[in-house]
Amino acid sequence: MLEHYLGLFIKSAFIENMALAFFLGMCSFMAVSRRVETAIGLGAAVIFVLVLAVAVSNLIYNYLLREGALGWVHPSLASIDLGFLSFLAYIGSIAALVQLVEMFVDKYAPRLYSALGIFLPLIAVNCAILGAALFMEQRDYNFGDSLVFAIGSGIGWALAIIGMASIREKMRYSNVPPGLRGLGMAFILTGLMALGFLAFSGIQL
Amino acid sequence: MTSTMLGKKERQALIDPLFNNNPIALQVLGICSALAVTTKLDKAIVMAISLTLVTGFSSLSISLIRNLVPTNVRIIIQLTIIASLVIIADQILKAFVPTISKQLSVYVGLIITNCIVMGRAEAYALQNPPFLSFLDGIGNGLGYSMILIVVGVIRELFGSGKILGYTILKPVTEGGWYQPNGLLIMAPGALFIIAILIWLLRTWKPEQQEKE
Amino acid sequence: MEREGSVYTVIFTTILCGICSVLVASAAVGLKDRQIMNKILDKQHKILLVSGLAGAKESLSRSEIQERYKQNIETKLVNFETGEYETSLDPATFDPQRALKDPNLSKPAPPNGAGIVNMSKYGHIYFVKKGGQVEEVIIPIQGRGLWSVMYGFLALDKDLNTVRGIIFYEHGETPGLGGEIENPRWCQLWVGRKVYDDTGKVQLSVIKGTAGPPDTDPYRVDGLSGATMTSRGVTNLIQFWLSDSVYGKFLKKKREQGSL
Repeated sequence: MLEHYLGLFIKSAFIENMALAFFLGMCSFMAVSRRVETAIGLGAAVIFVLVLAVAVSNLIYNYLLREGALGWVHPSLASIDLGFLSFLAYIGSIAALVQLVEMFVDKYAPRLYSALGIFLPLIAVNCAILGAALFMEQRDYNFGDSLVFAIGSGIGWALAIIGMASIREKMRYSNVPPGLRGLGMAFILTGLMALGFLAFSGIQL
Repeated sequence: MTSTMLGKKERQALIDPLFNNNPIALQVLGICSALAVTTKLDKAIVMAISLTLVTGFSSLSISLIRNLVPTNVRIIIQLTIIASLVIIADQILKAFVPTISKQLSVYVGLIITNCIVMGRAEAYALQNPPFLSFLDGIGNGLGYSMILIVVGVIRELFGSGKILGYTILKPVTEGGWYQPNGLLIMAPGALFIIAILIWLLRTWKPEQQEKE
Repeated sequence: MEREGSVYTVIFTTILCGICSVLVASAAVGLKDRQIMNKILDKQHKILLVSGLAGAKESLSRSEIQERYKQNIETKLVNFETGEYETSLDPATFDPQRALKDPNLSKPAPPNGAGIVNMSKYGHIYFVKKGGQVEEVIIPIQGRGLWSVMYGFLALDKDLNTVRGIIFYEHGETPGLGGEIENPRWCQLWVGRKVYDDTGKVQLSVIKGTAGPPDTDPYRVDGLSGATMTSRGVTNLIQFWLSDSVYGKFLKKKREQGSL
């Protein structure tokens, strides 16, 4: 069992890295990777929200939306399939969750809030979060699997953005052609990082 | 484009996002799917059409209710409208182009978080009348589509020697001469292509260059 | 009413949600039948393709697929434990994917290289008939490749040993490398190969490099260049699905009986 979870963790963090293999959360990945410090902040916030969001989405999907899920309310409801509502349910719960986390952190951990606060609204529309929830549904993970998957994906995404920010800080001293400065170079760097992560693809778990 | 029907302002809303203010190349919006769905041109086209229509209609409907929305729940209202439109788009794709819909996998759902849709709603539709907002949405969708289709053509042509599934460069695996470039099909290839496109665009229009 | 007041907010959101849900629900309900039909047709089309009843280049309308399928294909269920037909379940409604969730219908799979943990106790088998005579049998196959689970069908001749066709219809392997499993040229290489040797062991495998023609080199198929893991995955899934714990027992029994 432990082996299974470890395998899933490594797979979601490295082999199927959210940012570098599926390009999820690219907008904030490009925009917030200029400095390592902010990258760490966003990375941490993403891990946090991603785990919560996937766990909640998993419960929603398994106990409300999927075909037969409503059977626990009343057996006659077992044939109802609300699967088509999943997008709406996930994005709604993510947005609500972000709002709740923001209020909670603001009240009880003001220092954490000043570090993460500005990133939280950004995260509601970070496609890595919604993407993870949709992958969870598509791959039919159970609750334990989806938790491990979420932790792995979150850490993988954070690693990618922190690595990216470290490289971009160094890039400031390089002589980049004017047309490539900023965004263009960021794409090339991400491409090179993705190329590096392709090396994980041969690993069988 | 019938210029008699559309005034200057309307035309600007539609055309500007194509080159001068391209959502992907300049505003860094909505790149996730631009990279992921462009391995084949047909996927890219279906995605481009869906996104353009969703952006257009979300801008239209948000603009219609812009004077009624309570500001404190603005974001979630926008998300609800966008998510509903995306669900409808997804259902239509599943019913009429099932194979492509399957290949697009989670990326159709991710139109919801595509920053272009949300970004146009926030930045334009909340301040402008419905028709203009609709054109702005479509224009931005087209700007996105343009990049998607260009990347899709390059990746499919050089990555597998085909365009829309028709063999153009006959690959070695099918007895031809062309050795497909595997890198273009894989994730990093897309990033390099977009970097080169941005480079070309910014060399052509130097005012878009960044200082950094 | 004041625009920022909470009563207004609640009323506004309720109305909006109402409108959205009507739109969404009508799209979903209205298109549902067509979506279900699509899935069935897609599967039927794949079976026609692997059996050779439909050409890869041929474009068939929805009714043509249904018609051709109904005329030529018969479906039964096989009980993997007994190696006999299972008549207590209806093949039309039995869903092996769903059976995995039901402890009465599934069991842990024996150790295998195909990455299969749980297996259904029963499986579909499709008979291709021409003039009332069984010409080929088709079995569903699936297993792990490099990136993804690969799904396909394998068609065997009525001798239940010679391959008549193979098709992979769903996978996430690297396009151009492992993705070549869907290349018709490669699938063509399988035709005429044998699955079992004289002792009844599964011998068919995908090798690294090039194999000879089927009559001199019956148990080996060319590897996919640059896709070692995918090729190995295909070997593993063939070995699993044709082994005695899955379809192998049934095929062996029927071979010995000499009739289906």
